[in-house]
Amino acid sequence: MIRILDPGLLTTVQDGGRYGYQRFGVPVCGAMDAQALAMANLLVGNKPDEGALEITALGPTIRFETENIFALAGADFSPTRNGVPLKTGHAWLAHPGDILECGAAKGGFRGYIAFSGGLNVPFLMESKSTCLSARFGGFHGRALQKNDLIEFSAPQYWLKGLSRREILPTYDLSAPVRVVLGPQADAFSGEGIETFFSAGYRVGHSSDRMGCRLEGPEICLKQGVSPNILSDGIAMGSIQVPNGQPIVMMADRQTTGGYVKLGCVITADLPLMAQRRPGDTVRFQQVTVEEAQRLLADSRRKLCNLQDDLEHNGNW
Amino acid sequence: MDYPIVPCGDSAVTILLGNEISPAVNRLVFAAFSALQRDLVSGVREIVPTYGTLCVHYDPERIGYSQLCAWIRSVSDADGGGVRSQGKLIRIPVCYGGEYGPDLVHVAEHAGLSPEDVIRRHSQREYLVYMLGFLPGFAYLGEMDERIACPRLAAPRTHIQAGSVGIAGQQTGIYPLSSPGGWQLIGRTPETLFSLKEKEASFLLSAGDRVCFFPITPEEYREREARL
Repeated sequence: MIRILDPGLLTTVQDGGRYGYQRFGVPVCGAMDAQALAMANLLVGNKPDEGALEITALGPTIRFETENIFALAGADFSPTRNGVPLKTGHAWLAHPGDILECGAAKGGFRGYIAFSGGLNVPFLMESKSTCLSARFGGFHGRALQKNDLIEFSAPQYWLKGLSRREILPTYDLSAPVRVVLGPQADAFSGEGIETFFSAGYRVGHSSDRMGCRLEGPEICLKQGVSPNILSDGIAMGSIQVPNGQPIVMMADRQTTGGYVKLGCVITADLPLMAQRRPGDTVRFQQVTVEEAQRLLADSRRKLCNLQDDLEHNGNW
Repeated sequence: MDYPIVPCGDSAVTILLGNEISPAVNRLVFAAFSALQRDLVSGVREIVPTYGTLCVHYDPERIGYSQLCAWIRSVSDADGGGVRSQGKLIRIPVCYGGEYGPDLVHVAEHAGLSPEDVIRRHSQREYLVYMLGFLPGFAYLGEMDERIACPRLAAPRTHIQAGSVGIAGQQTGIYPLSSPGGWQLIGRTPETLFSLKEKEASFLLSAGDRVCFFPITPEEYREREARL
């Protein structure tokens, strides 16, 4: 069991997301950076999409009331245990009374704290993810607050090669974020699309788990075309352009929306979007669906290799 | 089916069946949805119907883009628009006006009608559930009588009770959860649109269903509420 001494800016329970209920209007939610969630989970011997704490910008302070193995992954929150610095991307055994303190995010914006065996929160509609907009899921449907107590499901005291369970973070936040065009790319002028792929866009301060609001040169529609459409479905990473400025729809997005979408960020690059801080600049590059799927297969293969290394050598 | 298919990134596609809000297009959407659900292949995560499209979410590691498109094209929706495609008819009790519908009088004044006329026009027709979205269990209904259309509140309320029935422009809808909102509230239903009991979720409405509202008194509202 852990006790939240200080919740930080926004700490929620998230897993791989809640699929299967979008046709009833239930948002998918889940981790913003599924790859970092997977790394944190693999480090502690969990399945990659197990529920963990997603921490944002300024991390929480947590006291372990009982023993368990934990790991942090994603951005570096300069974590300390009882005042002693800990490495991000490494598994540790915490003893009762240990205090894990996180600072401000460096080299990204979000991190994950995974606990061996997972957190004991209800499995609602096949997911542990918190749905903030409808206030259910995760821990009582809300962000964590001071003095919240969360139980472990199946804590562990030992894992193979514990001292060597390490994954080095590999974000390249200077790399362009790749995008597949559609479904309404033909609503935009050629010039508008060129602007989007050549200009840099700044991440706005009102960005949140629903969407990354970008600011930059206006993206023009074809003459006489309205930015409003009959609502259709929205995938994670979809780039809505309601008023010339793009919004990348993220984990807590609504299931449907009524604005034109220029394209969609490829799954392999969603972590790069999730880790952008307000004020950061992002550039986009066009790829085909087939290329996007190859890149996703590559990144999943890397994750599988990491898992193999952790389980068989414990010295990656 | 041979409707156009466009990618939404690498993990979803949109099937374009029509570009208007009409019962005919809705029947096509519903028929195609039912046909795909009957013949589901591994790797398809879920299918989301909207006014004129289906959004098919999939796991590209289990089914690639071209395979997914081939599957969609291979599925027959030959009964498109047939009687079999019709959803359930759901009758929803509504206590109009008073504390449950604080904007009924305003909507009536805006329309130049009496509150009783607004209630009659709102409850004497069958609505089609075109799609769900916005919030869990929120149904986009059509078509409402144009005479009772009314703009949203200039200043949205910070708290609207679950079950509130509102009007926003040409639209009418029911808030499935307590939330902030700017709709003109004309009544409230004691029915539950979205509930989580144990681990199971239940939703009163699905896309393709038909809805009728019928007026109840405040006493009936409280009786029904107590029974739930």
